[in-house]
Amino acid sequence: MTKRSEIRVPANDIPLAKRTNASIAVVGNPNSGKSTLFNRLTGLKQRIGNYPGVTVERHIGQLKVDDMVIELVDLPGTHSLSAHSLEEHIAVDVIFGRMQGMREPDGILVVLDATNLYQGLFLVQQLIDLKLPMVIALTMTDAAERSGVGIDIDRLRAALGGVPIYPVVATSGAGLPKLRQAIADMESLTPVERIVVWPELTEAAGQLAQDAKEPIRFAELERLLIDGPTDANRPFLEKLGRDARDKLETVRDSLFGIEPPIARDARIRYAWVRQVLADVQHSAPPFHSWRTRITSFLNRPVPGTIGLFLVMAIVFQAVFAWATPIMDVIDAGAATLGASVMRALGEGAFSSLIADGVIAGVGSVVIFLPQILILFLFIILLEDSGYLARAAYLMDRAMRSVGLSGQSIIPMISSFACAVPGIMATRVIPNRRDRIATIMAAPFMTCSARLPVYALLIAAFVPAKPVGFMNLQGLVLFGLYVFGIVAGILTALLIRKTALRGPKPPFALMLPEFRRPNLQTVFIQLLGRARVFLYRAGTVIFTVAVIVWALAYFPRSELIAPEVERQKTIAAYTLSGAELAAEYQRIENSAAAKQMEQSWLGRAGHFVEPAFAPLGWDWRVSSAVIAGFPAREVVIAVLGTVYAVGDEADEGTLSSRLKSSTWPDGRKVFTLPMVIGLLIFYACCLQCAATLAVIRRETNTWRWPVFAWLYMTLLGYIGALLAFQLGSA
Amino acid sequence: MKSNGSTLATLKRGQKGIIQFVDATDPQVQRLMVLGLVEGAEVEHASSAIGGDPMEFRLFGCGISLRQEHAKYFKVSPVAAGD
Repeated sequence: MTKRSEIRVPANDIPLAKRTNASIAVVGNPNSGKSTLFNRLTGLKQRIGNYPGVTVERHIGQLKVDDMVIELVDLPGTHSLSAHSLEEHIAVDVIFGRMQGMREPDGILVVLDATNLYQGLFLVQQLIDLKLPMVIALTMTDAAERSGVGIDIDRLRAALGGVPIYPVVATSGAGLPKLRQAIADMESLTPVERIVVWPELTEAAGQLAQDAKEPIRFAELERLLIDGPTDANRPFLEKLGRDARDKLETVRDSLFGIEPPIARDARIRYAWVRQVLADVQHSAPPFHSWRTRITSFLNRPVPGTIGLFLVMAIVFQAVFAWATPIMDVIDAGAATLGASVMRALGEGAFSSLIADGVIAGVGSVVIFLPQILILFLFIILLEDSGYLARAAYLMDRAMRSVGLSGQSIIPMISSFACAVPGIMATRVIPNRRDRIATIMAAPFMTCSARLPVYALLIAAFVPAKPVGFMNLQGLVLFGLYVFGIVAGILTALLIRKTALRGPKPPFALMLPEFRRPNLQTVFIQLLGRARVFLYRAGTVIFTVAVIVWALAYFPRSELIAPEVERQKTIAAYTLSGAELAAEYQRIENSAAAKQMEQSWLGRAGHFVEPAFAPLGWDWRVSSAVIAGFPAREVVIAVLGTVYAVGDEADEGTLSSRLKSSTWPDGRKVFTLPMVIGLLIFYACCLQCAATLAVIRRETNTWRWPVFAWLYMTLLGYIGALLAFQLGSA
Repeated sequence: MKSNGSTLATLKRGQKGIIQFVDATDPQVQRLMVLGLVEGAEVEHASSAIGGDPMEFRLFGCGISLRQEHAKYFKVSPVAAGD
């Protein structure tokens, strides 16, 4: 916003491109309804990216008013311009134009929650000091009225020096047209005068400004005085020049003495806020609505905790049960499509690439969508209704005792269905250390992809004898679930005690009242999640799927195809009808097994056999485990191929083939200790390209996914080694 | 204005108090002051999780949850019930 007033050009003479680049920052407290309003204003015209070098999402949207296009930047919620968390630093950096690759905003749209003016006005008062064009959207006026709070908007506007205030109800859309127009007209708005609530600070800033080398804004001096010469404030420090810089410490000392500046800042500004509130609010909030009654019931420790478990059970059941039929359809659809491509193109490297590589690869990405969408539908509903914060509050103590925080509960429980949406859900954890510890623990939870592997091995090799009121098979399955939970928790503890050691952040959660989520914004957020997953994780999963296909397909043996033809011709002489078809199938299955054995994958299996021999695995098991890298459930299809029963074999055929499998010297391969070891290996190992891709995406580095993979694989190896060696001894 | 050793952590459920003194030396406590827990603010203990920790407070109509270890830093003078 530089020198607006100098030259006046009629609007129609400005080329369209010039008028599209007004950039307005949307600023507000966390939970102020900021994102809901942003989504209402921009609809689907938004881009989701990351701020440079960090995992905080950047939401930029477009607002069209008449023929103007205005860019809205939805900043992370903040309570103060004294930034503390990563999100607050980002918000403040953007506001001051210090964010790499982003220019200073041309104006500020403040989102002020009518039910929480106390904290909201604390921020507004600091924002006014910026002297930028500013408009306030007063949200949740309906909720405020319901709870008996009347706000005198004219008085509020007067108390804020004349900042325009637009009451809106983001959920119904009331008040939005006027707000849109106000945002479009913001450029012609003159910033209001600063409100001097802290004369000593103004005076101190004046002293520094006298000696400053370059012109420096009051808001910038304010940051230097309150936050000190921090890294973030370096650009302001440079504006000061040597003389004023030397004075800074003296001025701060005389201003604050031994009182911490942030404490003084809060004391003075909140005292001002209390005065304003007494003037503009009609009555203190009473608690009579059904929402407050539900809130107060769910607030009692025991009903609240029971309610939480009920909600979690419903979410878990939905993710688990509703997604499965859709996933089966996707799975079957991909298989049918692959088969028809094979028929249409004939056998060959290209058709196999399309069918087994590309279609199967796309299928393995899309198959996660039902779970992700269902889980996120619930998470967004819970978050927007205000329940998520309450869940974190109720579970804080239990989760803290295992080194995590209350917010970890939803990601952890979600991971029982699938670690991919679970890890994506860790976004609700504000503390980075807690978040990464949760991400590292999440893949240990027994996900739905581990179940088919468990089911096959347990049904085939664990005797179904009764143990107490359970049977041994059920007990082993239960044991694997418990094993996953314990391993995950110990991992989180270990990581919090070593690599991510650090102070516990103060657990101060804002607990908003329950409110009805807006379906349009829920839908927009859901679409955003799906898009992020498909673009960022999908590419990695797809690539890995194609690579593994190539490893299993190449090199082709020249000898197998003629041998298949020769055997088929011989069979055709002696057999006919169904018997012949069965014989053909047997010949093809055994050819596929031979092909697999001499493929890169089979060779890799042979190559690593010595390393896995102490676990009791032969080359077949080893190559199936390697092939299962992109998705652990693939191991069953690969076992089907290497054991020449076809990759679509039913479990009975496969398990009887596994049972009769022997080493060259005649010893059985699948002994009980070996199977228990294999189960432990699968309980640990991170055989899931999707999880790795999502960890990469959520931590913004390859370091954590690589660490997780090595750590979990090593743990699985050691577990399987111990089980086999101790069990066989 | 004596607070008789009462802190936010000792407020009973449903009881209100006015913050009289905050020991601001701990940076974590300063963060809580930024949320509005400063001298002069009226706070109500609304609920607590199982085991009494964390606790939920009402501060000018908004809910805020604190762990007991942090609630201890805020000395309050309880407001008599019925006010």
